[in-house]
Amino acid sequence: MAERRTIERPLSPHLQIYRMTLTMAMSIVHRVTGAALYFGTLLLVWWLIAVSSSATQFDIVSAFFASWVGQLVLFGYTWALLHHMLGGIRHFIWDTGRGFNPQEREFLAMATIVGSIVLTLLVWTLGYMLKS
Amino acid sequence: MKTPLGRVRGLGTAHSGTEHFWLQRLTAVANLPLLIGFLIVIVALVGRSHAAVISTLTNPFVAILILSALISVVMHMRIGMQVIIEDYVHSEGRKILLLMANTFFSLGIGLAAAYALLKINFGL
Repeated sequence: MAERRTIERPLSPHLQIYRMTLTMAMSIVHRVTGAALYFGTLLLVWWLIAVSSSATQFDIVSAFFASWVGQLVLFGYTWALLHHMLGGIRHFIWDTGRGFNPQEREFLAMATIVGSIVLTLLVWTLGYMLKS
Repeated sequence: MKTPLGRVRGLGTAHSGTEHFWLQRLTAVANLPLLIGFLIVIVALVGRSHAAVISTLTNPFVAILILSALISVVMHMRIGMQVIIEDYVHSEGRKILLLMANTFFSLGIGLAAAYALLKINFGL
């Protein structure tokens, strides 16, 4: 019946044809943070293996994480995680069929941005306060 | 004789039905509490000594929390990256190679992390 046919079909217009909207940017950021989290798991593995290896290895990884490059990477990684997490919650809300109005969409997008920044700062403030 | 409806019912164009979507959401739901817990553990460990970190990571609740998070995260990251590859890589050969690499990377991350955590708990 429905055999495979090779017809030149028109392609749908791609990204650059549309005006960038907030929800569109959020969708892109969700994917980018997901990819960053994917490769960032290497940091977790490095840390765990260092802890399991020796005090020397642990000191090396700790020194890197304490350096300004390490702190920058970890700060970005914290934000990526929290942004992706809140973005996921946004998707859960949409899964229930709610939150699709223009105002609701914009609100959820803004809440994700503000929430991810506030939570990242909160986590880091706590980290520095509890640091011994 | 199979009707077109019978051929696609429950399967769709990817021949896997809603399995991918379901696994994506299931692991996302699991990741939420597990990674919040993991973040709390990490925040509590900032600046601690090697001995203190080992003592925390050998706490059964912490170890089981991290192991659970690893399983959920590895599945979630694998199918997430799979979608990215399928969206952007159109050459069939490269796509298949990258999909394989994706599985190897995700499993490798999970196994390496689990190995280290188990070694910390049982092997030191």
